Amino acid sequence: MSSSCRRPEHMAPPEMFYNEVEARKYSQNSRMIEIQSQMSERAVELLNLLEDQSCFLLDVGCGSGLSGDYLSEEGHLWVGVDISTAMLDVALEREVEGDLIVGDMGEGMPFRPGTFDGCISISALQWLCNADKKSHSPPKRLYTFFSTLYSSLVRGARAVFQIYPENSEQLELITAQAMRAGFTGGMVVDYPNSTKAKKFFLCLFAGVSGVIPKGLGSETVDRGVANQVQFTGQRCRFKNMKGKSLKRVRTGSSRRRRGEDDRAGKSELTRSTRDGNGSLVFNLRCSLCWVHQPHLHRDFTQSGRAHFHRLRA
Amino acid sequence: MKLLTHNMLTSHVKGVIKGYPLLIKATEVKVSEVEFNPQFVSRMIPKLEWTALVQAADGLGQLNDLPNELVPDYEKNDEFLRKVHHVLLEVEVLEGCLQCPESGRVFPISRGVPNMLLNEDES
Repeated sequence: MSSSCRRPEHMAPPEMFYNEVEARKYSQNSRMIEIQSQMSERAVELLNLLEDQSCFLLDVGCGSGLSGDYLSEEGHLWVGVDISTAMLDVALEREVEGDLIVGDMGEGMPFRPGTFDGCISISALQWLCNADKKSHSPPKRLYTFFSTLYSSLVRGARAVFQIYPENSEQLELITAQAMRAGFTGGMVVDYPNSTKAKKFFLCLFAGVSGVIPKGLGSETVDRGVANQVQFTGQRCRFKNMKGKSLKRVRTGSSRRRRGEDDRAGKSELTRSTRDGNGSLVFNLRCSLCWVHQPHLHRDFTQSGRAHFHRLRA
Repeated sequence: MKLLTHNMLTSHVKGVIKGYPLLIKATEVKVSEVEFNPQFVSRMIPKLEWTALVQAADGLGQLNDLPNELVPDYEKNDEFLRKVHHVLLEVEVLEGCLQCPESGRVFPISRGVPNMLLNEDES
């Protein structure tokens, strides 16, 4: 990650930073164009839209419309929102197919509920984390943005944001506000081991998307007699666990992997005790990550709960 | 700005409850040809506020005998879909402004791009 003085959002507010000179780069610099198009392609892939269907999409921070070009190529219609008029001028010159709107993400998205089938945003969200005016409060602006975006999406739609996070606190700030607004989802990191190719995509889901259950009486659903147990061809998965409590049973390989003696520590797995100061010490390990040090583990993708545990000294 | 976008846009000025539909005051309108996609148009129709669309098209003189009420079975009615397609995607407001029906706030449109930025006391 680049040092803080090189981050554009630390230099000036977006409407100032993306002036004519900077905007020009987005129509001339071929490397910039290539990276932008690649990221748009990946973002659309993550949107998981139905194939062979043209959708109505929102592009937040559309800039000169490079990401929009890819959307048009794929046969979708789109509306782009950006705060920089210089960038939108470049988009107009390039004669992009989508409709453009000057707007500030932090003021909320001015659309009716259920408008868009999806939303993409390339390298724009991190701008919201800065307070450029005295009246700006990043958490509040993020919440306004996410809550209005949530309502403007069709239920089951996705929003994919490519971002350059500054640090983990910033990621936490963004995801916390997105979850508050009702989104579920999480972070997708492409090429996590490469410093150059590493890309962060925040994938958010608005409501559930699912197939409509089939009505009774149609040929696919057959319920049979009500007071009779149905036969299933499924095999019993717990056959080899005869007589052992579910909690204690572990396969030998997982114990060996953790370097644990077969006899030690078995009964302590689920207990907690109080230490000298009276605070609760959990003996159990974090079931999600198996990290041995005390740590804060946040798992917002599934339960939305954060849990904290430490091991006895 | 296409009328499809106008149909979805609302005023988001602080305190406004029903900032819809935005009143169009156009000084320059462009009609250009856009490829006709019947699936997309029929997918968008349930999302539209029909009266707002008819009003907007009428105000721009682009109604082209679009019915006041939505036609039943529009998915198979190619002629009707073409009319909706024309109004939604081919008519563009280039210059003018949008006015919030509740607060009277005016959002200028220049070169086809509406400016929805708010002042500090409005957000």
